[in-house]
Amino acid sequence: MAGKCGKLYKKAAKVTKVIDKATVKHVALLSRLALDEREETTYSTQLASILSYINKLNELDTKDTPPTSHVLSNLRNVDRADVLKESLKAEEALANAPEKEGDFFRIPKVIEGK
Amino acid sequence: MENLYDLPANRLAEKLKSKTLKPSHVVEKIIQRIKELNGRINSFVFIDEPQALKAAKAADGSDLKGDLSGIPIAVKDNICVKGQDTTCSSRILKGFRPPYDATVIKKIRENGLILVGKTNMDEFAFGSSCETSCYGPTKNPWDPDRIPGGSSGGSAAAVASGQIVMAIGSDTGGSIRQPAAMCGVVGMKPTYGLVSRYGLIAFASSLDQIGPITKDVTDAAALLGVIAGHDEMDSTSADIETPDYRKSLVNDVKGLKIGIPKEYFIEGIEPDVLKAVKEAIELLKKMGAQIKEISLPHTEYAVSTYYIIAPAEASSNLARFDGVQYGFRAPHPKDIIDMYTKTRSQGFGEEAKRRILLGTYVLSSGYYEAYYLKALKVRTKIRVDFTRAFKEVDCIVTPTSPTTAFKIGERIDDPLSMYLSDIFTIPANLAGIPAISIPCGFDGKGLPIGLQIIADAFKEENIFTAAYAYEQNTDWHSKRPGI
Repeated sequence: MAGKCGKLYKKAAKVTKVIDKATVKHVALLSRLALDEREETTYSTQLASILSYINKLNELDTKDTPPTSHVLSNLRNVDRADVLKESLKAEEALANAPEKEGDFFRIPKVIEGK
Repeated sequence: MENLYDLPANRLAEKLKSKTLKPSHVVEKIIQRIKELNGRINSFVFIDEPQALKAAKAADGSDLKGDLSGIPIAVKDNICVKGQDTTCSSRILKGFRPPYDATVIKKIRENGLILVGKTNMDEFAFGSSCETSCYGPTKNPWDPDRIPGGSSGGSAAAVASGQIVMAIGSDTGGSIRQPAAMCGVVGMKPTYGLVSRYGLIAFASSLDQIGPITKDVTDAAALLGVIAGHDEMDSTSADIETPDYRKSLVNDVKGLKIGIPKEYFIEGIEPDVLKAVKEAIELLKKMGAQIKEISLPHTEYAVSTYYIIAPAEASSNLARFDGVQYGFRAPHPKDIIDMYTKTRSQGFGEEAKRRILLGTYVLSSGYYEAYYLKALKVRTKIRVDFTRAFKEVDCIVTPTSPTTAFKIGERIDDPLSMYLSDIFTIPANLAGIPAISIPCGFDGKGLPIGLQIIADAFKEENIFTAAYAYEQNTDWHSKRPGI
């Protein structure tokens, strides 16, 4: 595979940082994903390899560089007059619901107690 | 005799206007072609035959207004079409039928095009090979053992094989251009903000753009003209006048200044790709363009920057898939957290999970500055490279991809090597600038090669002029896979 993407890929192959399984577990929890043993192993290896490649960015001095979160130069807040407009009917909005009751989405009980 | 399904939209439109052909005849032929090939190519995931035939019949009896009126079109499975399955080729959106049309779909309908169905893609557009789709991989029409590119692989393969006349794709890091290159068709990512993203299921909101995949440059200009324009439903939509792109289709590049960035001609490019691109540059020079070597010094940092920003935005965008409002919900949850977790774990595929994990990691406490903020700063450096370059040149020419189509399964277990197949397309997304891929030759195995032409923001016309002139002086775009 190294030949396929040449120089860039060879540099990437050197893994300098390891993402341990505990970190993967923590990130999975934050992401609301349940991983099995095999997935934890696979992802910790793969994420380590990707992050080690990404660490290349540390070669660059960005002390005085402003961040770009968006490329549009004249981005501004878009608002509109607060007037009633036609919107989706409840039945249309609920048409894709996995479970519904009346005009509501139905989910498992959230509040503890009797 | 030429096959109807091999013709570009502009040729079909002439026949429709002169009444030599009826829209319903075209649509019937196209649906017949889909039925004949889809089992082998798997480019369509949903076909709306009754609606397409109904729309075509209605068009038969009416005056065809727009340039593309009566032309069948396919839409990538991540763009909302009212009443048609829209699933991002993911289990988690199984059965989802949007209650509204994306703005591009509204415009497509208004212009009289006929929506035929949805095309296969990498799950949530996460991929460069169309292999991560929950419907199985799309095959490359030039060699069914190979990938069509991705993530808009279904759209590109459908156009290349004549299963559709033109298609809509989306491009976050090369997802229109790379599959266009690998399938031998034209694919364009417009300037960020030119085409409304309303109704495009978000992957990375600061990078995503919708664009055309077509059989030639003329069709790309016509379809971009249909879908471009300001939209109050998208807060990042640019409030500008859209020019008539067809006017920039002139066979004249005399004096056009074309930059060749040395950082795009690196070790690792397949020799046949390098040869084809160099020959294309030679031809443009012969045609009167001024060729100038330029430098985009931060190119080698683009993939790293992208694989922080794109997964970060994706992990946030994909938080909405929790089994509450639409799509798949895992059965028998213990409580609501369990419902979210089970739904997401069973609903998302492997690559989607990998990107969610990566994105969550780089945004998590303690890593935000080291990764996310760092990437945003490097993004500035990459943009500045282009800003400087466009003071000297009108457009930039590069290979679209370092390789031609690889074999199915070749890179799927090695995410990083997959990510690196987008090294030449990612920078344009980070900078928000437009870029096209057009056919420029074939390798020794008979696989298509793509030429990328990049221009400054909202300078799509420069791209169309260079691409059209090149196309008029070559015949790569008229080659079809013998399928």
